Amino acid sequence: MSNIPEKLKYTNKHEWVRNDGNNIFCVGITDHAQEQLGDLVFVELPGLSANYEQDDECAVVESVKAASDVFCPISGEVIEINSALENTPELINQDPYADGWLFKIKATDPDEIEKLLDAKAYTELVAAESI
Amino acid sequence: MLYTALYQKHIDLGARMVPFADWNMPLHYGSQLEEHHAVRHKVGIFDVSHMAIVDLKGIQVRQFLQYLLANDIARLKIPGQALYSCMLQKQGGVLDDLIVYFLQDDWYRLVVNAATAKKDLDWIRTQATNFELDIQQRTDLAMLAIQGPKASTTLVSKISEDLKDIVTNLKYFRAAIHGDWFISRTGYTGEDGFEIMLPHKIAIDLWDSLLEAGVNPCGLGARDTLRLEAGMNLYGTDMDTTTTPLEAGLGWTIAWEPQDRKFIGRTSLETQRANGNLPKFVGLVLEGRGVLRNQQPIFSKATPDTPIGIVTSGSFSPTLKCAIALARLYPSKITNNKTIEKVVKILNRLVPVQVVKPPFVRHGQVII
Repeated sequence: MSNIPEKLKYTNKHEWVRNDGNNIFCVGITDHAQEQLGDLVFVELPGLSANYEQDDECAVVESVKAASDVFCPISGEVIEINSALENTPELINQDPYADGWLFKIKATDPDEIEKLLDAKAYTELVAAESI
Repeated sequence: MLYTALYQKHIDLGARMVPFADWNMPLHYGSQLEEHHAVRHKVGIFDVSHMAIVDLKGIQVRQFLQYLLANDIARLKIPGQALYSCMLQKQGGVLDDLIVYFLQDDWYRLVVNAATAKKDLDWIRTQATNFELDIQQRTDLAMLAIQGPKASTTLVSKISEDLKDIVTNLKYFRAAIHGDWFISRTGYTGEDGFEIMLPHKIAIDLWDSLLEAGVNPCGLGARDTLRLEAGMNLYGTDMDTTTTPLEAGLGWTIAWEPQDRKFIGRTSLETQRANGNLPKFVGLVLEGRGVLRNQQPIFSKATPDTPIGIVTSGSFSPTLKCAIALARLYPSKITNNKTIEKVVKILNRLVPVQVVKPPFVRHGQVII
C-alpha cells in the first residue's frame, strides 16, 4: 500500500499540499502517483513568480511510461521551485513527500485548502481507483 | 487472464503486474531503469513464457516454411541455427515477426508474439491445409531470457556439467537441445544472452537459482527500453498488417533469392519495391528535454503544420539519458533532405530531433 501521511492535504489528481505557515504551501505528487508513473525521467517545473489559479496545469512530470500534468492545488504565486529535480527526477520516486517536492506557492486565498482532501478521504480515493 | 508458471514468483517479488495480450505479466519489480542498467552492465532475467512456442513436424515442413515465411529457411544449414523472419499476408502486411529454429530435417520450432499467437496459429493451420504437417503449440514449456554481459558466466555457474559445455560453446543465434533443455543464444536486448525453454517445474528452479546468484529480475518495461536501444522492432507498434517489411525497416529480412521461391506476400512486395517511393524507417534522438512517444508526429521545422513522419515507438533511453525513437518518415523531398531540420512538438514547443541509423546501443556501448 502506498504511503499517505496524515498531516498533508491531497487533491483528487494526486498532488499533496503541506502548510508551511505564512500562507506558504509546499506541493508535490503522492507516493501513489509516483508508483503509478514508474521511474521519472523529466520534470517540467513552473516558472518562479508565475501565478496560477487553483486547478491550473502548472507542471509536468514525465516517466519512462507516460507524461502527467500537475495541477496547482491552490491559487497563488510560485515562490520556490525544487531545481534539484531537473537533474535528479528520481528524487520523486525515492522520497515523494520530502526531497521530491515540486514547488512552493504563496496562496492568495489560503481558505482554498479546505476544499482539498484529508488523508482519510485520499486513502479512500486511492482504494476506489485500485479496484 | 493467463498466468505463466512464474506468476507466483513475480507476486512474491512485489512486481507491478500488468495485463499484456491476455497475460498477467510483470512490468517491473521496483525500478525499470535499474533493471535496464542491470542487463546492460551485468545480467538480468525475464519471464517471457507468454510468447508462443510452436513446433512444426513432418516431411514437408521445410517446403511449407519456405512458402509461409518472407525470409528463407534454406539459409539454415546446420541443426540449431535460427533465423528472424516476418510472416506476411498476401498483400504484404506483416502478420507477425518470429524466430524459426532448424532442429531436424522434419522438425522446426517457431517463437511468435503473445498478442498474435492465436491469430498466427489459425493462419499457419489454414496455410498448411495442403501440406503433411503436425502443428503443436508447446504450452508445456516456459521460456526465460537471461541477458547481459555476465549472462554466460552466471548461467554456467548454476547448471550441470554437460549443460555448461553447451552454453559456453553455443554460437550467437544458435540453439541446442539437451534433455528437457532448449537453450538458444538469442535475445531482445542488444546484449549477449540466452533464451531457454523448459518444462514449467525446471524453469521455476532455474529462476530461483539464478536469482540466488544475484541475477536481476526484469519486467516488460525494461524489455521495451532495451529492445528500443538495440533498434529492434516491436510488433504492433513498429509494424502490423497495415505495413509491409519494406515500410518498417525490415527489408533485410526478405529473401528475394531464389526468385522462384513463391512465399506468401512476395508478389505484393515485388510491386511495392518496383514502385519505389517508400517511407524511410529511421532512428531519432531528441535534442532537448522531454520524451518521444508512440504516434507522435514529426515535422519539418520550417512547416510545423504538416507531419512528415510519425514515431512508431519512442521512449526514454536509460543508456543515452535522453529520448529516442524508431520512426517512419513519409516519402518526400523533405524526408530525404538531411539539411532540413526535423522537430517534434512537446508541451507546445518545437524540439529538434536528430535522424540516426539504429541501433542506438550494442553490447553496453552507445554506437550512434
